[in-house]
Amino acid sequence: MARNAIGIVYRKEFTEWVRDRRTLISTVLVPLFFFPIIMVGFTALAVVMMDKAQRETPKVMVLGGEDSPQLLAELRKAESLEIAPFHANWKEQISDKEIRAAVEIPPGFQAALEKGETKTVKIYFYEGETKSSFGADHLQKFLKDYRDRVVKDRLAAKNVPTSVLTPFEIHQENVAPPEKVSGATVGGFIGYMVVLLCMTGAMYPAIELTAGEKERGTMETILSSPISRMNLVLGKFLLVLSAALATAALSVMSMGISFSVLRRFNVSSGRGEAAGLLLQLGPKAVAAIFVMALPMAVLFSAVLMTIALFAKSHKEAQSYLTPMTFLVVIPAVASLLPGVELTPKLAMIPILNTSLVCKEIMTGTYHWNSIALIFASTCVYAGVALFVAFKTFQRESVLFRS
Amino acid sequence: MIEARGLSKRFHDKKRGEIRAVDNVSFRCEPGRIYGLLGANGAGKTTTLRILATILEPTDGTALVCGHDVVEQPEKVRANVGFLSTATALYPRLTAQEFVEYFGRLNGLDEATLRKRVDEIFGRLDMNGFRDRRCDKLSTGMKQKTSIARTLVHDPPVMIFDEPTLGLDIMTARTITTFIRECRDRGKTVIFSTHIMSEVEKLCDVIGIIHDGKLLTEGTLAQLREKYGEQDLEEIFVRIVTPLQARAEA
Repeated sequence: MARNAIGIVYRKEFTEWVRDRRTLISTVLVPLFFFPIIMVGFTALAVVMMDKAQRETPKVMVLGGEDSPQLLAELRKAESLEIAPFHANWKEQISDKEIRAAVEIPPGFQAALEKGETKTVKIYFYEGETKSSFGADHLQKFLKDYRDRVVKDRLAAKNVPTSVLTPFEIHQENVAPPEKVSGATVGGFIGYMVVLLCMTGAMYPAIELTAGEKERGTMETILSSPISRMNLVLGKFLLVLSAALATAALSVMSMGISFSVLRRFNVSSGRGEAAGLLLQLGPKAVAAIFVMALPMAVLFSAVLMTIALFAKSHKEAQSYLTPMTFLVVIPAVASLLPGVELTPKLAMIPILNTSLVCKEIMTGTYHWNSIALIFASTCVYAGVALFVAFKTFQRESVLFRS
Repeated sequence: MIEARGLSKRFHDKKRGEIRAVDNVSFRCEPGRIYGLLGANGAGKTTTLRILATILEPTDGTALVCGHDVVEQPEKVRANVGFLSTATALYPRLTAQEFVEYFGRLNGLDEATLRKRVDEIFGRLDMNGFRDRRCDKLSTGMKQKTSIARTLVHDPPVMIFDEPTLGLDIMTARTITTFIRECRDRGKTVIFSTHIMSEVEKLCDVIGIIHDGKLLTEGTLAQLREKYGEQDLEEIFVRIVTPLQARAEA
């Protein structure tokens, strides 16, 4: 009997694993390219599109205003607006995106202004449509400036200084460092992705090494060798765990690179403020996330292996494990909800606790008591799951289910 | 040497209740002899052999394989056994050599001995032409040879074959039967299960007829012929099994 049986099983499983194209896709390619494509690709595209939309001179329509020539003249003069000729179907034109917005000047607007009466100017736009919202914003800004000028003129006529309108100024200032701001903004997403990708990475090898082995008929082959069932489970388990951790590590690494590329992109395109909001994944945060992901990866690997072992085929195992994805996604998503913060009770809920602690780590907050509690509780869950996996591998009714 | 002592195996089935797959089976296989376990499908052959290979645990009774108890020392038993059946498949993404080496290492062979053993077996079985080919690219015959090499790599004194020729073409089946004979000639204890009478007649030194989990009779072919007054093994088998089957159906 071999002394290093676990290592022998692990090496063999690793060889088969790296030769499997499907594994490479789920473990290496998805985490490596998912983030750059999603984050850098889509964010850059969104930024470019938003920029383009903001820089566009919106085409707007003026409704009424025949008796207010002054405002009409100002509107036509405005460089930030392009005035479209009036048409009765202006609502349709907004919906069809032919014009971005319309402004309705009420009858007798100029006369009311001169008398000091208040009239309402309405802006019509297509809610939810970005370019229409920008058009409405341009109109709103123009009208506000116009109103401010009217107020200024009125005050000047009465010899009242304009400072009477602003007895004091209000200014908000952020005191949190940029990494904390960015962590609070998008840190939860990191925890969510680590949890999800950890499971995705473990799922395929867990199926392959259990149900896959039954389906191919190699289970009986390996069970006839002198290796003990415990060593066999451990060898297989370590491979599934490696896959989960590799996926998590590659995803965190890929995230770090994606954010750094995105930051450079923003700085180079003059969006320094946006760059400050982007995550800064320092080595300490990466190491802390990896350590916290470790017991969770053990838990996932053991649970997925145990469930998949009940299946007779790859397909059957997939149908058993798909609901698991929902069970994992729900607590991971819950951590993203506003107001959900790490408490001693939540620190005991697996997956949710790791997602929340990752969120905290991203903001640079290290509550060592919570971290220790989460690490310990997840280790306990992982230990129980691993024990169940051993026991399941001893059950003939599971191994030779027909 | 194999010695089965009152082996029993019961399964629980939701629909059929308790099933006695093996019922108080005792027999003895000596080194240098082939023991043939003859029975119809579902007679209990596979379960008996899986118990001897310690893949399954007996519900009652036990067996000694090379002096090791199948219940108490399963790992030691497996280290002394080469188990081959049509259900013992190969790992598709390993090459033939990697596959055999894997089992050699699991059996505790050091690298130098392993290399020597692999070279010797691959030469003997004429496998050098495909030693670096992945198992999923091998023909049925090549796969069978690779399986044989796997059972031989640690040179076990006991060989267990569970219907090893099932579904194979004549030439591949012949490779297997030749190999089984070679095992006997090298002084190994061989137990072999089948439902093919001609194979038993050609290969086995001792025959045990199993039906409904029970070992009904055993002896050499000559002893069975004399005991039942029939020359043809198939006739002997039918004579033994038919009354029991009729009783079960009634």
